[in-house]
Amino acid sequence: MGVDSRKMAFWAFIGSECLLFGSLIATYLVYKGRSLVGPYPHEILNIPFTSFSTFDLLMSSLAMVLALAAVQRGDMKQGKLWLFVTALLGLVFLGGQFWEFSHFLHEGLGLTTNLFGSTFYVLTGTHGAHVTVGVIWLLTLWIQAVRGKLGPKQALTVEITGLYWHFVDVVWIVIFTVVYLIQ
Amino acid sequence: MSEHGAGAAHATTGTYLRIAAILVMITLIEVGVFYVPAFQSVLVPLLLFLSAVKFTLVVMFYMHLKFDNRFFAFLFGGPLLLALVVIVSLLLIFYGAVRLRTGT
Amino acid sequence: MKSWLTTTDHKRIGLLYFWTAFGFFLIGGLEALIIRAQLVRPDGGLGVSAEMFNQLFTMHGTTMIFLALMPLSAAFFNYIIPLQIGARDVAFPRLNAFSYWVFLLGGLFLNASFIAGPLFGADRLSVAPDAGWFGYANLTSRQFSPGPNVDFWLLGLQILGIASLAAGFNFIVTILNMRAPGMRMLRLPLFTWMALITQFLVITAFPVITVALVLLMFDRFFGTHFFLPAGGGDPILWQHLFWMFGHPEVYILILPAMGIVSEVLPTFSKKPLFGYTVVVYSGVVIAFLGWSVWSHHMFSTGLGPIADSVFAGTTMLIAIPTGVKIFNWIGTLWGGQIRFTTSLLFAVGFIAMFIIGGLSGVTHASAPSDLQQTDTYYVVAHIHYVLFGGTVLGLFAGMYYWWPKMTGRFLSESLGKVHFWLTMIGMNLAFFPMHFSGLLGMPRRIYTYPAELGVARFNQLSTIGAFLIGVATLIFFWNLLRTRWQPANAPANPWGGATLEWAMSSPPPVYNFTVIPTVASRLPLWQTERHAPMVALPAEPPAPIHVPGGSWWPMITALGLPIIAIGALAHLIPIVLAGAAVVIVGIYRWAYEPFEM
Repeated sequence: MGVDSRKMAFWAFIGSECLLFGSLIATYLVYKGRSLVGPYPHEILNIPFTSFSTFDLLMSSLAMVLALAAVQRGDMKQGKLWLFVTALLGLVFLGGQFWEFSHFLHEGLGLTTNLFGSTFYVLTGTHGAHVTVGVIWLLTLWIQAVRGKLGPKQALTVEITGLYWHFVDVVWIVIFTVVYLIQ
Repeated sequence: MSEHGAGAAHATTGTYLRIAAILVMITLIEVGVFYVPAFQSVLVPLLLFLSAVKFTLVVMFYMHLKFDNRFFAFLFGGPLLLALVVIVSLLLIFYGAVRLRTGT
Repeated sequence: MKSWLTTTDHKRIGLLYFWTAFGFFLIGGLEALIIRAQLVRPDGGLGVSAEMFNQLFTMHGTTMIFLALMPLSAAFFNYIIPLQIGARDVAFPRLNAFSYWVFLLGGLFLNASFIAGPLFGADRLSVAPDAGWFGYANLTSRQFSPGPNVDFWLLGLQILGIASLAAGFNFIVTILNMRAPGMRMLRLPLFTWMALITQFLVITAFPVITVALVLLMFDRFFGTHFFLPAGGGDPILWQHLFWMFGHPEVYILILPAMGIVSEVLPTFSKKPLFGYTVVVYSGVVIAFLGWSVWSHHMFSTGLGPIADSVFAGTTMLIAIPTGVKIFNWIGTLWGGQIRFTTSLLFAVGFIAMFIIGGLSGVTHASAPSDLQQTDTYYVVAHIHYVLFGGTVLGLFAGMYYWWPKMTGRFLSESLGKVHFWLTMIGMNLAFFPMHFSGLLGMPRRIYTYPAELGVARFNQLSTIGAFLIGVATLIFFWNLLRTRWQPANAPANPWGGATLEWAMSSPPPVYNFTVIPTVASRLPLWQTERHAPMVALPAEPPAPIHVPGGSWWPMITALGLPIIAIGALAHLIPIVLAGAAVVIVGIYRWAYEPFEM
């Protein structure tokens, strides 16, 4: 077909991940409103806080796209900067998740407390695990760049990293709407 | 050989920034819709629509799908559509059944 | 030996898959024979306990589906596809090796459960998976399945799922991106087409069972209630998620065999496949519709009239493209110059047996009639007609067809004919009576049955049939082994096939083709109305061809997965972390290893 094999493989992988997250979201939605005991979503979800997390992840996608553009044109100084910023924003997101989870636990919503807890933590936890992998991936690339081993010849690698990162962002867009905003 | 969209059909930094601004604005609108009671009746479709717009913008521009080989859109779009159908089917089966049994 | 551990050559990986899968096929067969020996008499012919019986039928199903049939298909995907598309290897050779090692380790992990009892303070032979190959909730809950049996099952399947997914991505990219010049999609050999469609099913269906197994794992390990009514969960959700995977899975099982039949029939009829395009589109439609029928496995769960009707309708629809293929196969044979080789016999046997299995399938499609059939031996008849009469016979056709290409040696045709006829008699004797015992009310998964049910005679016939299959299979095994001592003198194209795998020597050189061919037709090696046969490829490559070396990292990375699983089984986090570390280090070393295609 004349396209890069790695890129095609990665789009296939992203397609398959749609089914992974789709099944988790379906489980969440099927069990919505069926918790036998509280806490319930409207009592515990913090929209302002989560909006900030959403904003953070959206900005990280911007940073990613700027990083790729920089690497593609050979500007490794900018490339390094934006790769690091993307990873940093990812870490901020993870920090926020960590804070949110601790807060919920404190408020009495644990993994096994009710169906809301179970479906919420498994769905957002799986997403968070994906973000974690992404941050490690980004930092690996950043270290490569710092060592002078990343350049425009590796633009495809950075592009694929970007595809992964944006996908993780896009899944969050869905989760934010379906879990937090549509209660 | 790698093929990212031909140079001419490539988004610029300016485009990326504009899209980021739109994404932020839409998020603000979503949150606003959430809080304003007047929108409660159309909350679900409106939010689904707005988030779909965000989703599409990120996929088309940040993930470059608009400018890339159309086959990638199939590789992604097919399973995405399937996932949506799966979600809707399960909801219909679980909530449709409830409605039938309770007669509401 | 080391070269086999580090190989990234698709041909070697194909052979590794073949022998490993065949070994598991024999194990699964042994489990079946014990089941049949037990059921030969109402009160139990062997005195097998109920608990042991549960492990036997669970492992028989799980082994046959995940460790035998899928990997046997994978053996052919690996060996044949790059050759058929005119490529030197798959898109990601190391990922390909990784898939094999993960499969082997997953299979060993699952079967280790047979001897792991004492490690859990239990008897030997007591902790193998025992909740059915489909693990229905809430039988699988910690409450009703307290031992490690179900943990072995869910962890083993997760490992195997990774192997399948990786191979799925690999072959999709290979088939789409690495075809020789001129090999347009509608010139692809049918086997490669069906394999491509299968991989799309794999990458969409396996994530769903991954989620289902994760949710089950959380219920069992962490106390959630995803499938447990006590906490508000619904066991039916498991069935939905499982069958959303499970139904596409059966098409994953049958499409490759259909692809093989679509190769074998033209070769031995000296006629092109009748209606090539229609057969391709039928495969696509089957895959597509295969996603729409899952709840026909759940007609007895109270879905309600609307859901029942919808799924009955979609299930009936899927008979259409299947029927279309059957007519096209018959059309291929019609008027052909037929050579009755063993391979052809198995392909024709496939058609006949699959029709029978398809017919019982159509009776399942009607929700009311299925209500009588479901959970009885009628279903066991159906699944074995389609999976044994279909997939297994198709795979045998492929083995007799491609063995000379893969090893340079022929399988004995006389032994092959014995194998074929014994198998046909055995399988019909084994499975046809099950239609009757099922309709008379014999449930599935029981280790004894009441004499008053009147199914004893049918069970006796089934048991005799099963042992005949056993004998036939051993004859085949002997046939395979004895080729080792034969001269490797098979020519490049012993059967006069039309497709590219027959273009070079048997077996092909390590680099597959001296020169990548340019393809001008669907049948490159044949004289057709519009095309002369492809010019013979040179005997030696014009310039040295670089062949990538092997790599340790696929195998080493794969090793991390069962370590994680063992840690989870033993509830020991340090071992889980150690396994994860192996995987992570493996991936990094793999990524940074210089590896040139």
